[in-house]
Amino acid sequence: MSWPHKDLLDVSQLSRDDVAVVMKTAASFREINSRPVKKVPTLKGRSVILFFAEPSTRTKTSFDMAGKRLSADTFALTKSGSSLVKGESLKDTVLTLLAMNPDAIVIRHGESGAAAFVAERVSCAVINAGDGRHAHPTQALLDAFTLLEKWGTLTDKTVCILGDIAHSRVARSNVILLSMLGATVRLCGPRTLLPPSVDGWGVEVHSDLKKAVAGAHAVMCLRLQLERQQAGLLPDLREYAGRFCLSSAALTGADPDVRVLHPGPINRGIEISSELADAGQSLILDQVASGVAVRMALLHLFITRKDRGDKE
Amino acid sequence: MALPDLAVTNLIFPETPHAVDLLCRKGRILAVLPHAPGAVYEAARTLDGRGLTLLPGLTDAHAHLREPGQEWKEDIASGLAAAAAGGFSNVMCMANTSPVNDTASITEHMTKRAAETWPHGPRLFPIGALTKGLLGQELAPMAELRQAGCVAFSNDGRPVADAELFRHAMEYASDLGLRVIDHCEEPSMAPGAGMNEGRVSSRLGLPGQPDVAEAIQVARDILLADYLRIPIHLAHISCRRSVEIIERAKARGVPVTAETCPHYLHFTEAEVEGYNTLAKVSPPLRTRDDVLALIQALRQGVIDILATDHAPHAAHEKETPFGEAPCGITGLETALSLSFVLTDKGMLDAADIVRLFSTAPARLFNLPHNTFAPGDPADFVLFDPREAWTVTPESLFSKGKNTPCLGRTLTGRVVALFIAGQPVFTRGEYAPAAMAAASRRTHGRNS
Repeated sequence: MSWPHKDLLDVSQLSRDDVAVVMKTAASFREINSRPVKKVPTLKGRSVILFFAEPSTRTKTSFDMAGKRLSADTFALTKSGSSLVKGESLKDTVLTLLAMNPDAIVIRHGESGAAAFVAERVSCAVINAGDGRHAHPTQALLDAFTLLEKWGTLTDKTVCILGDIAHSRVARSNVILLSMLGATVRLCGPRTLLPPSVDGWGVEVHSDLKKAVAGAHAVMCLRLQLERQQAGLLPDLREYAGRFCLSSAALTGADPDVRVLHPGPINRGIEISSELADAGQSLILDQVASGVAVRMALLHLFITRKDRGDKE
Repeated sequence: MALPDLAVTNLIFPETPHAVDLLCRKGRILAVLPHAPGAVYEAARTLDGRGLTLLPGLTDAHAHLREPGQEWKEDIASGLAAAAAGGFSNVMCMANTSPVNDTASITEHMTKRAAETWPHGPRLFPIGALTKGLLGQELAPMAELRQAGCVAFSNDGRPVADAELFRHAMEYASDLGLRVIDHCEEPSMAPGAGMNEGRVSSRLGLPGQPDVAEAIQVARDILLADYLRIPIHLAHISCRRSVEIIERAKARGVPVTAETCPHYLHFTEAEVEGYNTLAKVSPPLRTRDDVLALIQALRQGVIDILATDHAPHAAHEKETPFGEAPCGITGLETALSLSFVLTDKGMLDAADIVRLFSTAPARLFNLPHNTFAPGDPADFVLFDPREAWTVTPESLFSKGKNTPCLGRTLTGRVVALFIAGQPVFTRGEYAPAAMAAASRRTHGRNS
């Protein structure tokens, strides 16, 4: 399997064949994760820097675990513990990290385009673990992996993404990837939380939850950042939940086997009801498990491509 | 006719179909005559214009020269060097220095630095702050600033949200006979985004500023100008929506004038693709439709002048993720080349450029300027419309290299700028050393 990319900045750079390679590789690692001894020597002696300039628990832990299960050495650098709080520029931080000669840098940053900024300046692989509102490709890949494990295909499936689309890198990457894999994507949220020029995204847009989920095979809830109320985008959380909180009752018009996803961390009772989050149709914990397998696959593909002499 | 002391022969002149000889005496225009091959102007220093285009010295009504306070981005010496290389004999500099130009001592410091570093020009004309510290809370001492040399007032970069205060600022400035220049950007709508709200911003995940943020304040200012019957000048108009409001206002006789900048005529929001911080500017680059509206507005006189909004920044300040970079594009050295690109496309002609970048801004702000009438100051540009040059950091005199033109090849370049008959900037064969050598060859004299 050849891997033509130096970096993973967004899913838009991937072909369908690339995505198939990731899925197939992730499936093989998924099997390792169910063994009693969950470790293989694939990346022994390789080092991965986890550079998280924005708070993150699950994505960082997921990458950390993925690296360790492949026997790579992982080094976590967070903003509060880095020189960024001392006023060091991103360029200088990155050049310093590069001087340590890592095999890959996994970056989470609050500015859109930050992963591309880093990738242009380093020779090692850069994996975008979320840049501003722009992209979160590993989340989209793990969401697709989760759904593919259940369904086998996304063709003729309808997936509704619900909530704060405007500020969501998860939504942006998922719209691109799910559409590429053949799903029909719908977006649902109040107009204030839909991106401007969303008409150019090639998706259906709804502000009525019932219509948005009608016949849907999956609904992906997004986390609502509580500061949206202060920014004047919402009256209050109670009213938001009244219109958009996903519950079993709200799903009555959806496909009988509808699945529910959430990238986490969830706000129970705001974007998803507590009972639904714990219900059998929820894939939230499957997403977490898929996340480790997909990130193992990505670290493996990006770090070993030079060994195999893959061409860009 | 008195004898000229300076003659430049065989020049292309936008106002006449034939080539001309320019004759000057004691720093003033003596005459512009049809070119007479072989004519000898006794006692005059004579330059062969060899088919260069003759333009009047330009006036930039909108530049940021950063001194005092941010000399790592630009200072008055380097800013005026850039102005000279771009063909500008007059430069109006904005008040957002550090400290702000809201007291006479800052204005005097600016003009003193200009006189020390460029004694023969380009001439510097400071713009005073409209409010103290540009904070939008109290009026700046405009009479004192005018006395010190300010030629207009502006809160550029920090638009005044308070309509009542802005009204009073217009009233107070009108007592002094000076114009208020407003940076129109409703401050509550994505301030500093530096990116148009639209398809590109949506895809890149960047907060964008809609064009209505500009148009809302354009409309407010025009309503105030109409109600008060006080003139207002609107800086760097970037979009069709604003153009349409200005057009309607002018048709009704509202005393409004407006400017736009060469970068809004050449680039669109697409320039930001790849998170290009060199294309981050306020107001932001808009769409193709806006570009066409602006060009048409310039031809029809709806927009009165061109200005550069030259906004230099240090290289490291722009080498950041897009959201962290400051807004601004440098423009003094590319303005004329970019403007002449539009003549090649048939969108403007050379006479339009003379009007938009020289006559109209100088008249608007009562600055000395050259219309090539006898007695006018001999401020003129020799421009080679065919010279192709690639914009590189080394090719620019400004400390700020932050222009989306970087790496592009432009056609047309300023070869020399004369102010009051003195060559303040020359390039290539017109540089002093080359001219001295040419003079030796021609006349066999020792120097």
